[in-house]
Amino acid sequence: MKLTGAQILCESLLKEGVDVVFGYPGGQVLPLYHTLTQYPQLRHILVRHEQGAVHAADAYARVTGRVGVCFATSGPGATNLITGLANAYMDSIPMVAVTGQVPRAMIGRDAFQESDITGITIPITKHNYLVMDVADLAKTVKEAFYIASTGRPGPVLIDLPRDIQQECAEFHFPARVNLPGYKPTLGGNPLQIKKAVKLLGEAKKPVIIAGHGVRISRAYKELKFLAETLQIPVLTTLLGISGFPESNPLSFGMIGMHGLAPANMAITNSDLVVAIGMRFDDRATGKISSFAPHAKVIHIDIDPAEIGKNVAVDVPIVGDVKTVLVELNKEIGPVRHDEWLTQLSDWKKQYPSGIDIRESETILPQYVIRKIWEATKGNATVVTGVGQHQMFAALHYYYDKPNSYITSGGLGTMGFELPAAFGAQVGLPDETIWCIAGDGSIQMTIQELGTIRQENSPVKIAILNNGFLGMVRQWQELFYQHNYSSTPLWCPDFIKIAEAYGIPAQNVTRKEDVGAAIKKAMETEGPYILNFVVEPEENVYPMVPPGAGIDQILHEPLKEAC
Amino acid sequence: MASNKHTIVALVADRPGVLNRMASLFRRRGFNIDSIAVGHSETPHLSRMTIVAEGSDSQVEQIRKQVEKIIDVIRVQDISGLDIVSRELALIKVKASAETRSEIMQIVDIFRAKIVDVSTDSVMVEATGDEEKLSSLYNLLKPFGIKEMTRTGRIAMARGGQVARREEAAE
Repeated sequence: MKLTGAQILCESLLKEGVDVVFGYPGGQVLPLYHTLTQYPQLRHILVRHEQGAVHAADAYARVTGRVGVCFATSGPGATNLITGLANAYMDSIPMVAVTGQVPRAMIGRDAFQESDITGITIPITKHNYLVMDVADLAKTVKEAFYIASTGRPGPVLIDLPRDIQQECAEFHFPARVNLPGYKPTLGGNPLQIKKAVKLLGEAKKPVIIAGHGVRISRAYKELKFLAETLQIPVLTTLLGISGFPESNPLSFGMIGMHGLAPANMAITNSDLVVAIGMRFDDRATGKISSFAPHAKVIHIDIDPAEIGKNVAVDVPIVGDVKTVLVELNKEIGPVRHDEWLTQLSDWKKQYPSGIDIRESETILPQYVIRKIWEATKGNATVVTGVGQHQMFAALHYYYDKPNSYITSGGLGTMGFELPAAFGAQVGLPDETIWCIAGDGSIQMTIQELGTIRQENSPVKIAILNNGFLGMVRQWQELFYQHNYSSTPLWCPDFIKIAEAYGIPAQNVTRKEDVGAAIKKAMETEGPYILNFVVEPEENVYPMVPPGAGIDQILHEPLKEAC
Repeated sequence: MASNKHTIVALVADRPGVLNRMASLFRRRGFNIDSIAVGHSETPHLSRMTIVAEGSDSQVEQIRKQVEKIIDVIRVQDISGLDIVSRELALIKVKASAETRSEIMQIVDIFRAKIVDVSTDSVMVEATGDEEKLSSLYNLLKPFGIKEMTRTGRIAMARGGQVARREEAAE
């Protein structure tokens, strides 16, 4: 039986197990939207801006491990996906974005709402397609899902001219893909694994740096086994947070620009770095020349191009983190590094400032995060935007639950939090999702409150409102002589905004009300917004100044230099 | 880590936009392409590209790995270290009068090039060879007056039984 292109797309999505799509209709996807009502199994969630759709699909993918799907129309609809696609690309998120395109005969004529979205997205997608024959559509969808979800995951875009959506073809969904140029390596090279085992056996001061790959590959047990058997301290990147339980005695927290002192000190003094599913981002390494200067490096990553890209590697192991760790774990036996672990614990005592909260009459953002952690007992999934609130949430909530810290790491996308929290809640309908927002960050996508209301999503939203673009202000304070250029931020009355969207909300201005407000939010069914008026010029410490080595840690403001 | 010219050969799916994907990758990773030449390969639906780019060995290794990630790229190899045959084709239109024509023809003969078009005031020379040979020919013809020149950029192949193929990743 012949189906239209739109039907073929929907049938193909069902074959791929898709049950939810985030999107926004428009002229060039009208045939698709017309068809969607024939497919009630495909729940379509209407967002308020295409950026909302792509971030929601992104977070949905992060929490479920499935491919996130979003739809947009041509031209502005498609270009509104750009930030979200770049975000998903940088953080290796499996995603398929379907965009409408002007009919084939109009392509290249600057037709109304035409944009060359495949051309635009080449650098920010893992792959993309412009479908020019309806007979290719089912195969294209199959390939797109395969590419998005295997190897190093990433977003794939399918651009679909309107007339293709209307044309008919026989529906044959291929059983397998045939991509001769795409063969991800999963298992580690046995010789390299042997070399790694040897280095692990010789190391006196080893550290593990766990990155996002641990979470993407769901290698929690394998990482724990490796660390505990060999008694190696585990440090994480920002995106590695919640890949290893922070209550474990071997956990020494996050590394990098806002990393904890013991973690950064450990790297600088280590003789072996075992980098697992991380890509040596400059925010994690600081100045490359002083990164782990005495250490040999074992790097496990599924993407061969990541190995040796920023840091020289002694033992490269290309493969899926979980598969490689299983293989590695077979070869190792118990070892102790008591002296080294004592050294790390001493640093912890020596540099407690990272997670200590100073005394204050006012509400400190760290205090809010700590109270949310206490109230949720660590059982929530925390979703953040980008800025100070993101770092406070990274440092002051303790992540024991696997995969429970959802953030925009690589691209650093402000405005990620609200649509992402919503998308995470769609993926985890029965779990508590806390959206930690900045007053600046949330205003970039605040219209998604409409989506949250329409879907009655029970997301709990905490705005850490300091009246500043906080992280930029912090840099201006520390490195630009307090010149607060365009960082003081007038904010709307968030309670009235919430009211307009029909979402219950409250201001919290007194420290003693913080705990009760959080409790109230959690006890209220459906969404809830808390606007915490926090200390305006609180800084995120520790901090490594940009361009410095990661052991050059600031624990308090610099004295005025000039 | 000497910076030098590398010859990268890629076998790619013959799909619209492949050249764009390749060129875009070089551009955004900060690599200058000296030349890029594409044409059909021995296999239907596959093209072979020869790219000449400058960079240190480690930079070129990184770009090779990035190129390998392009889905439409089947195999890619930096063949600079191998014993290779590389050629380029040039068409050069030179000013020529009745007096200078025979002198030009002598030079063309020495270079085993060909005159492929003649008019009252010019000749068109077709030459193949490596870049140095074509540059020498160009330099000798220059005094007569070059009206127009076009070159294809390098194409290359490893000698003997070696075939450009996908290498073991990260080895």
